[in-house]
Amino acid sequence: MSTVLDISNKNAAGSDLPAKPEESVQYVNELTTLNLGPTHPATHGIFQNILQMDGEKIVSGEQTIGYIHRAFEKIAERRPFYQITTLTDRMNYCSSPINNFGWHMTVEKLLGVTVPKRAEYIRVIMMELARIADHLICNGILGVDTGAFTGFLYLFEERENIYEIYEEVCGARLTTNMGRIGGMERDLSPEAIRKIRAFIKRFPPIMREFEKLFNRNRIFMDRIIDVGGITAERALNYGFTGPNLRAAGVDYDVRVMNPYSSYQDFEFDIPVGKSGDTYDRFMVRNEEIWQSLRIVEQALENLPEGPYFADAPAYYLPPKKEVYRNMEALIYHFKIVMGEIDAPVGEVYHSVEGGNGELGFYLISDGGRAPYRLHFRRPSFIYYQAYPEMCVGTTLSDAIVIMSSLNVIAGELDS
Amino acid sequence: MTNEEVAKDLIRQFGEDVYDFDDPYGMLTLSTTREQIIPILQYLNAHPIYQISFLTTLCGIHYPDDPNPEREFCVVYQLHSLVNNFRIRIKVFLAEADLHIPTATTVYLSANWMERETYDFFGVIFDGHPKLTRILNMEDMDYFPMRKQYPLEDPTREDKIDALFGR
Repeated sequence: MSTVLDISNKNAAGSDLPAKPEESVQYVNELTTLNLGPTHPATHGIFQNILQMDGEKIVSGEQTIGYIHRAFEKIAERRPFYQITTLTDRMNYCSSPINNFGWHMTVEKLLGVTVPKRAEYIRVIMMELARIADHLICNGILGVDTGAFTGFLYLFEERENIYEIYEEVCGARLTTNMGRIGGMERDLSPEAIRKIRAFIKRFPPIMREFEKLFNRNRIFMDRIIDVGGITAERALNYGFTGPNLRAAGVDYDVRVMNPYSSYQDFEFDIPVGKSGDTYDRFMVRNEEIWQSLRIVEQALENLPEGPYFADAPAYYLPPKKEVYRNMEALIYHFKIVMGEIDAPVGEVYHSVEGGNGELGFYLISDGGRAPYRLHFRRPSFIYYQAYPEMCVGTTLSDAIVIMSSLNVIAGELDS
Repeated sequence: MTNEEVAKDLIRQFGEDVYDFDDPYGMLTLSTTREQIIPILQYLNAHPIYQISFLTTLCGIHYPDDPNPEREFCVVYQLHSLVNNFRIRIKVFLAEADLHIPTATTVYLSANWMERETYDFFGVIFDGHPKLTRILNMEDMDYFPMRKQYPLEDPTREDKIDALFGR
């Protein structure tokens, strides 16, 4: 039996290798899909970006958010006003006191309660310390994301000190639940004042050292200048507020435009950038830290004497000591806690300058003990829409830096 | 630039399509129809003096108890003029049977996600929106959770009665 040889598979050299294809494989310009997140060390929270990459370059991107959505707006519709403070803590958890006081001020506006000067000054001190802590994290992390861990480590110690001040003032560190509707829950203790003074003294040299490390650092500058720039018009159209908008050159600051909590009493400047790039955002935040420190100094210097809560017994939870001894206080305590006191009917919008921009509370009350509808204007949620546009054309490493400098806080993004 | 001036100007421009003027806590509030909302937004945006060109918030409200079924849903636009520091609130009421409203993304890019959020929670459909999908909730959710008929607590529980724990 003869063997049939199939010679078609033999090439010219006569070996058994497959024949060479007529055309070589076509290398199509194929895009790579890359998931940045949900759990990526650079997202500093849980949200996802699906990037289409052409080699190193980002062609398009799309964000997926909602991983830690907790339905705060729905929960708030069933809670008495004073219980909503704990929800606001968990939005921008890097600067909870600002959220807390923003909410308190919204309710005070609805109720028509005037808060005494001392309480307002204490609030300003705490809010500015919170802003410092927020910006410290953002700028420190920006360093980490570019490969410089040292600055972050230096600053983190100072954030720790700020948290100790929180602890002294309200007993908590991260989710502070600070203050009450109508003022503060307690006065600034001598120990708290001592800690704030110590912080004011100790912090500037450390901040200067941080700035020396970064501001004119050739590697750092090369890495972030002209990365993720955005024009002022574009930023406004995208709803940017806060440091990110100011970096683009618009001097909108809620503290100056609509002063709340006695901000008109203080001297401070609004730093503005020019190109809205990552370096400008970094520099604006650095300068804001100095300005916040200035405000804290002034507020502490001129801290007025007097009561630290408003004379609004129907809304301000009485001090616990009073509740045990005083009939009136006991009655009001019961009424407030059980939600027996109705709020006036009305709708009110109040905004404060949060760590990331205009933090707004749109509250509709139908006269019940809980809001009929409460909407939070979360700055991160609104400006994060611009992220793909800022990333397109840059590399993946730039995208990380842009995200970091935008200071997107997952809790605020999802509410 | 006062509330009255702007209100009078809007009435001159849009006639009977703007109504229910009010100023709770100093913020000019008015209602309009869904046909006129985009022209109003564009008018305020392009106005040389007002320059009301910043969309602060856009959100929905559900009023199931309203006697008029045409006013069951509401979309609220809060705008801000950064030049004049002037705020204005515009409401559009919709009926549940016809929850359509033109998208504001043609005027404000920031409206994109705010409209998606409103759709996600209330089911308001923004016609012409580039990508109207859920944003915070899961894609396969089949209801709109911020509507008032969805209670927060488990309705089968008898110990947590509304008189003590609810609204």
